[in-house]
Amino acid sequence: MNPFRRDPSSDALRPSARTRSLTRSVGIGRILDRGFGILVTAAGISVLALAALVGWELYRGAEKAIGRYGAGFLVSSHWDPVTGRFGALPFLYGTLVSSAIALLLAFPLSVATALSLTEFAPIWLRRPVLTLVDLMSAVPSVVWGLWAMFEMVPWLRQTGFPFLQRVFGWLPFFQGPIYGVSLLAGALVIAMMITPIVTSLAIEILRSVPPTLREAVWALGATRWEVMCVGVLPYARSALVGAGVLGLGRALGETMAVTMVIGNRPDILLSLFAPGYTLASVLVNEFAEATSEEHLSALFEIGLTLVVVTFVINFLARLLIHNVPLFFAPRPLPTQPMEMHR
Amino acid sequence: MSESTSNAKGAVPASAEGADPQKRSAAFQIEDLHVWYGNRAVLHGISLNIPVRQVTGIIGPSGCGKSTFLRVLNRMHEFTPGVDVQGRIRLFGEDIYESRVDPILLRRRVGMVFQKSNPFPTMSIQENVLIGLRLAGIRNRGLLEERLEEALRMSALWSEVKDRLHAPGTALSGGQQQRLCIARALAIRPEVLLMDEPCSALDPIATAQIESLIRDLGQRYSIVLVTHNLQEAGRTADFTAFFLEGRLIEFGSTKKMFTNPSQKQTEDYLTGRFS
Repeated sequence: MNPFRRDPSSDALRPSARTRSLTRSVGIGRILDRGFGILVTAAGISVLALAALVGWELYRGAEKAIGRYGAGFLVSSHWDPVTGRFGALPFLYGTLVSSAIALLLAFPLSVATALSLTEFAPIWLRRPVLTLVDLMSAVPSVVWGLWAMFEMVPWLRQTGFPFLQRVFGWLPFFQGPIYGVSLLAGALVIAMMITPIVTSLAIEILRSVPPTLREAVWALGATRWEVMCVGVLPYARSALVGAGVLGLGRALGETMAVTMVIGNRPDILLSLFAPGYTLASVLVNEFAEATSEEHLSALFEIGLTLVVVTFVINFLARLLIHNVPLFFAPRPLPTQPMEMHR
Repeated sequence: MSESTSNAKGAVPASAEGADPQKRSAAFQIEDLHVWYGNRAVLHGISLNIPVRQVTGIIGPSGCGKSTFLRVLNRMHEFTPGVDVQGRIRLFGEDIYESRVDPILLRRRVGMVFQKSNPFPTMSIQENVLIGLRLAGIRNRGLLEERLEEALRMSALWSEVKDRLHAPGTALSGGQQQRLCIARALAIRPEVLLMDEPCSALDPIATAQIESLIRDLGQRYSIVLVTHNLQEAGRTADFTAFFLEGRLIEFGSTKKMFTNPSQKQTEDYLTGRFS
């Protein structure tokens, strides 16, 4: 019995049947629908407004310093609130270098962890490690800082750094006196804090690799390593880079734990064993005791700099992640492409 | 196992003159194959021989276990956790579930083409075809060039892509992508080709091209073609096996089965009297 066959007893298809109107009077459903739309749009706009407001307030606070020091604020390395000299370069340097080192350490570890949990580890191990990774990203910054201050730094001073100096002492980065608190200690804490986040992102990315792609490699008689190199990583490459840059964005703003171990000295020294300072740390350390107007304004400009740097980094990450066609761009194999003209 | 014994439990070979697939030399000899997903049995005691250099179609309604059957032939099911296989499958006499067998080497001899074409998106046409050889460690340029052309010619793609071998594989049309996947599988010169509904995502013209390609390839390869399209089996397969609820109902020459099936269930399915 064909359900679509015209039933002569039904008048639904006859021209004489009462037609259903396309216009309708305003009903309660329609009002609610509109109202809800307006409500969520307002929520969306309020986020924009909040961001604009923060930016504006920072700018207003920093206006004086910007007018007074101009570009010199970012290139001068003298920071002395007592004599009223304010140069932010040491903080910018400390922030960028500690974050970069942290990312350098955390990114390979995160991707390797994600790969092991999606491709290699036995099934029974995956769930517990995954849960642990998620738990780690929920540990408060100050707790990491406490642990780093009382456990990690003393260990680094007595064992870790002397070892590094013995092995890599010929490099300028590993020379000079060892205090424990240092740029490198700060970078290590940041690395530990962003690893769970980057790992979570990387796991999601690797899970989104289509299973058909993996099967295609398997079916050609590939080992797991080859499936990873041929199928998974080329596909996920730019998304993974994006995850790394998002991690970098987090690293730049890390405050509490870093402040506790980085040493807080506004100097630019090549040695990673020397104490450093970051934009976020100087804010948290000096805001409460900034009395002069210049000092306060300079701190506002520090805040503005941090926001701008983080914003730029995140913007780059977004470009990488949303530029999906990048995934599909052809790329030569590691071996030389062979020429074939016929 | 002598080739004349057709010990298919429940399967009644359609014995037209000389058309009994069980009497031909076999690429795969499958004996009493059981497959479980956890506690759920999906294949119950399948026994049949896949004949050499013929196209064997596997038909049956969704969920009858035909895809599962295909996957246990090259051990692709091993990536799905909780799948249990019992019984014996021999590839040219060699038990493929023996502990010494390396599934990776097995898959180089038993190629596979999937339902959805899946060329590697980051690779060019040429790289897609040659990746299997590269994985097998072949670096000789002359050999690679030779196999590239051979595989593309066999998959009837050569004339269409020979001038743009460095274009990305995903730039091809749907039908061309599927033929590219066939070329990729053929480049490593497998002995058997497993095809899992290779035309189900294609338009009628591309489907006709692939079907004619399958008929041609059937002269040189042993092909197992899973399809939910009866006409496709009728057009391309030399032999057809009908699966129903994890059991092999009937296996015989396609002509015989489509014109004069020996089982009531086969007839019902072929004539669409099935719910």
